[in-house]
Amino acid sequence: MSQKKAFNGKVLFLDRCDINTDEIIPAKYLTEITKEALKPNLLEDLIMDGFDPSKDLHGVRVIITRSNFGCGSSREHAPWALEVNDINLVIAENFARIFRQNMYNCGMIAAELSSEEIDSLFKDFSGEEAELTTDLENNTFTISSKSGKSRTLAFSISGFDRTLVAAGGWVAYADSKY
Amino acid sequence: MGKTIVEKIFDAHLVDSPEEGVHVLNLDRVFCHEITTPIAINDLVSRGMDRVFDQEKIKAVIDHVSPAKDSKTAEQGKIMREWAKRQDIKDFFDIGQNGVCHAIFPEKGFVRPGFTVIMGDSHTCTHGAFGAFAAGVGTTDLEVGILKGVCSFLTAETIKINVSGSLKNGVYAKDVILSIIAKLGVNGATNKVIEFTGPVINSFNMSERMTLCNMAIEAGGTCGICYPDQTTVDYLWEFIKDDYSSKESALKDYMKWQSDEDAVYAQEIDFEVSTLEPVSTFGYKPDQVKTIRELEGTPVDQVYIGSCTNGRIEDLREAAKVLEGKKIADSVRVVLSPATPAIYKMALKEGLIEIFMDAGVCLTNPTCGACLGMSNGVLAAGEVCASTTNRNFNGRMGKGGMVHLMSPASAAATAISGFICNSSLYKG
Repeated sequence: MSQKKAFNGKVLFLDRCDINTDEIIPAKYLTEITKEALKPNLLEDLIMDGFDPSKDLHGVRVIITRSNFGCGSSREHAPWALEVNDINLVIAENFARIFRQNMYNCGMIAAELSSEEIDSLFKDFSGEEAELTTDLENNTFTISSKSGKSRTLAFSISGFDRTLVAAGGWVAYADSKY
Repeated sequence: MGKTIVEKIFDAHLVDSPEEGVHVLNLDRVFCHEITTPIAINDLVSRGMDRVFDQEKIKAVIDHVSPAKDSKTAEQGKIMREWAKRQDIKDFFDIGQNGVCHAIFPEKGFVRPGFTVIMGDSHTCTHGAFGAFAAGVGTTDLEVGILKGVCSFLTAETIKINVSGSLKNGVYAKDVILSIIAKLGVNGATNKVIEFTGPVINSFNMSERMTLCNMAIEAGGTCGICYPDQTTVDYLWEFIKDDYSSKESALKDYMKWQSDEDAVYAQEIDFEVSTLEPVSTFGYKPDQVKTIRELEGTPVDQVYIGSCTNGRIEDLREAAKVLEGKKIADSVRVVLSPATPAIYKMALKEGLIEIFMDAGVCLTNPTCGACLGMSNGVLAAGEVCASTTNRNFNGRMGKGGMVHLMSPASAAATAISGFICNSSLYKG
């Protein structure tokens, strides 16, 4: 949890609201006691027309989705399954509380954009291969497509969340502070 | 400006506020089970920080897969067992004494009004029934809770739901909460506390209040909460009688955990229950709710009665009233898991177990198992289950299965007919 993480790369668009943590990583894999073991099973039970995790996750580094991502079970296995697949950034309209906290606790980013901004990203970029880069100093995402489209969007991240990301997560921070 | 009960609990437990809107709170209870705790234990060991902040405030149980079903779950149990011994955790419930966490911990009197409680389990919100702030967390929050006894929360605004009217025969707390979730939506209470108040809540026993608060998370809620009252004191009395001179003095003390009349709410909802009918979910989200009447005739393969939502003695009694003297349909298998050993013993004493067995029900030991498709009644692809649990997500009880959430009475009636139906069919 303490290594510096990357928040850049190929984008996967998941056009659905309320994607729950059972869909991100089914309960039958909760018997694993290492994070690495979760790697092959990310998003295995996601119901979404045309989505095939065995193909569509290849090379993905960033997920852009709709509202209430990560609802349901508190399992931190959901962010871990993302983390071991090198996906450290999820962008959505909003997140379920526990999932959001788990992401920052692991030094990962759960960033919220307005529904209009998310809509426009889906409209302009979801049909083709897109890459996203994160500028943590200036709080911006830049997304660009193979066909040459590019857009830069501002995002906000609270001071405390930023501190957790910088500290490498909540355990390290809490241990030094409390 | 007045305060809500949760704002008062936050004030009383505040350790630090590293940023506006972030509250680091002292914890009165850290509950642990074998699915989310072993990775926290292993991480603490690898960091050279294999300690606990207070072995009296940590309570642990093996409940999700019990008995172990394979080598991996056996390993999870082993890690818990060895850790509990090493750290001298007195209240550790291993097989034989174990029950579903959100049933056994309240039953042991571990939750009190005004407490802060976390657990690596989203249904920790159940314990709000006692006027506590209780929230599900991930493994990292749990790890810090175990080590330091603190947890950070964002400011939680409150939705107040005033529940009034009188419930028709055959309509239960489960029907009330499913109907409330249908109204709020699965994202309707995200980052918010749901305060359940009003005459119906006042009339509910602790079991019914736990059923309500248990499902607050299904609307995204951080916690469900009820004000402590005489019912709370009566339930807790055997555990608190040395702390108070009388029930009156306990009640007087607990009354401080109430929202002020001028408290500020994000939303206030009046919820009238007099016209409610028995309901069930359909589809893959807990806010997809229809009346049992609308779903009547839907065939099921399995019925499951149990869980932290509806596996308490009151739930078993309602199921038994429906099943008494009847047989389950040939096309259906029924699995029933009393949520704790004490509930099991009570059911035995009251003759409920005999009613269930005569009807053709498979009785199992207390465990979470089937609710999340880990053991004890997993569905095959294409199978349908009428269940008293809390989640109908795709694949929840087994890949390709469909789950219909409903009350124990409706589930029992469905077991007899083999298709979803109203319990009034089988009750006088």
